[in-house]
Formats: sequence, C-alpha cells, structure tokens
Amino acid sequence: MSDASLNSASTTQPGEAGFGDFFALLKPRVMTLVVFTALVGLLAAPVAVHPVVGLAAILFIAVGGGASGALNMWWESDIDAIMKRTAGRPIPTGRVARDEAFAFGVTLAVFSVVMLWLATNALAAGLLAFTIFFYVVIYTIGLKRWTPQNIVIGGAAGAFPPMIGWAAATGTISIESVLMFALIFLWTPPHFWALALFMRGDYDKAGVPMLTVTHGRRATRVHILAYTVILSVMAVGAAFTQIGGPVYLAVALVFNALFLRDAVAIWRRDEGQAEADDYRVEKRAFRLSLWYLFAHFTAILCEAALRGLGMAGWT
Amino acid sequence: MSFREEHELHKRRFGRNLGLGLVLAGFVALVFGLTIAKVANENFALPQTTQQKGD
Repeated sequence: MSDASLNSASTTQPGEAGFGDFFALLKPRVMTLVVFTALVGLLAAPVAVHPVVGLAAILFIAVGGGASGALNMWWESDIDAIMKRTAGRPIPTGRVARDEAFAFGVTLAVFSVVMLWLATNALAAGLLAFTIFFYVVIYTIGLKRWTPQNIVIGGAAGAFPPMIGWAAATGTISIESVLMFALIFLWTPPHFWALALFMRGDYDKAGVPMLTVTHGRRATRVHILAYTVILSVMAVGAAFTQIGGPVYLAVALVFNALFLRDAVAIWRRDEGQAEADDYRVEKRAFRLSLWYLFAHFTAILCEAALRGLGMAGWT
Repeated sequence: MSFREEHELHKRRFGRNLGLGLVLAGFVALVFGLTIAKVANENFALPQTTQQKGD
C-alpha cells in the first residue's frame, strides 16, 4: 500500500464526516422542491398562520423530507456506488458510514414528526410520518427494485408536501390540497422518464427496473405522452377550482402547451434520431418540466395572494 | 495556534461541531419563537370545526 492510498483513506474515514456530508444526506436539491411546494400549500390555505409557526412547519416538513433522503441513501448505497449520477454521495465515497446514515435518518424522521405535531397539529404530523414511511419502506425498500412503475409510486411520496403544508394551516385535507398532490403525482413520471431516456446507462448498470429497461424505450416514450396528456387535462382543469383563477389559467395554458409539444416530439422520435442529436428533445423536456412545476405552484401562490387582496378567482 | 488546527481532519471536525452548534442554537431560537407565538396568540388553536356561528 502506498502513502497516497493511506492519505486518501484518512480523508474518507467513517465517523469523521464534515457537516456538509450530513447535509448532503438530506438531498438538499429535492428538499428545495419540498420546501417550495409545502410553502405554497401552507400559504394557499384559507387560514392565516402565524409567521413563526409557518416557518417552523416548513422547516420540520423539510427535515422530514431530508430524513427520507438519508434513509433512501442508507438503503440504496449499493446501487448509488454503481451509478455515475450518485457515485459521489457521502456513503458510496465512504465519508459517512451506512449505520451513521441510518441513525441520522431515523432520528431526524422522529424529530421532524414530533416537532411538526407540537408546532401545528396531529394531521400534518401524521401525513409527514406517512410520507416518510411511504417513501422509505413502500417505495425505496419495497417496490423500487421490483416494478417498472417505481417512478409512479415514488412520485406519490414527493406529492405529499403541499398537502402537509395545507394540513398544517387548516388541520384538514380538502379538494384543493388533493389537486396540488395530483399535480406533482402526475408530473413526476414524465419528468423522470425523460431523464431515464438520456441517462440510460446508469439505470441499466444498477439493475433498477426502470420502464426504459423492462418495457423498452418505445414504451417509455408512449408512457411519457400518456401521462403528459392526463397531467395537462388535470393541470388546466385545476384553474377552475378554488386554487385556480385567471393567472393560474394563463400559466397553465402556456406551460402545458409547451410540455405537450415536447411529449409529442419525444413520442414521435426513435432512438436513432435521439442519439443523433444527443437527446436534445428529451433534455429540453426534462428542463422544461422543472420550470413547469415551479410555474404552476408560483401561479397557485399568486392566486392565493390576490385572493387575500380580494382580487382573484373567477367572481 | 496549535499545529493540530492545520490538519484537515481537525478542520472537518471543527466544521461539524460548529455546524451542529449553530443548528442547535437555531432550534432553541425557533422553539422560543414558537412558544411566544402560541402564548401570545390564543386564537391560534387550529380549527377542528367552524366556530363562526357562535361569534
């Protein structure tokens, strides 16, 4: 063994992870989506929440989401090490031990649920606990490696934050929060399948039964179009409900037209065309999908703000 | 200063401890703020049912 290898071992010794390594376990990029959508759910609710209570609720929802991410990384460290996209995560690189990640995740999960309960109400805390359970046990441990519909199931877990935010403010589940759930739930499959089309090598190597692997890339293109059509109908239709209004409708019409255009383009292409231009359309659809969700939830937030000023809705 | 602070391992450990300390301080401040908010605003009790009829 050379000195170089000894030195590199000392920098990746388990138990000596930096603060940033533990923060990385929380999947901060996913957490931004959780924070944003939960915040919209909280602010769109027709019940005023004290700013400190609202801040605490969002923080604890974010911590709960982060705990799910840490437990996901704990369970998936074997396939994370194989995939290029995830090989740099704290566990595959040895900066954090698996046991540490597990303890960290469980502690934060319990902490976030209890604190959300104390800060807001039992329903919000129960929904957060269910979300963590669903994402870690049902999706990550149970179904992700067994079914090509894994993305659809995982999408449900990611769709809960606005519903939790709404419940934190109102103490109830209502049609509005279910619509926000549906928006993310239906958006997730075309978003991730577009990614899977141009990140093909990763999922193949890891043996994760992505739709692209089990049913082929043609079937994936058809699925993307089908989900995008259903999503568009739902997303535009939501404009005529309590969370919608003229602003939301304008945003929904523009972004759904763009997303449908890309989904149709993906459906019409074959692998030869996609490889020839390095998956240009698939990558464009993936980038657009990120803006799509952000735009819709921002529009919901705008409608809620305007409603507060007595200026929104269709009346 | 001690030579130990030059070592990468110690820097990382210090960073972790500092981060944890700040998080804990933030948590204490948040719980304090929550307490003040709850105590100051008695009407904050979340609505289980509509209470407007009695108003």
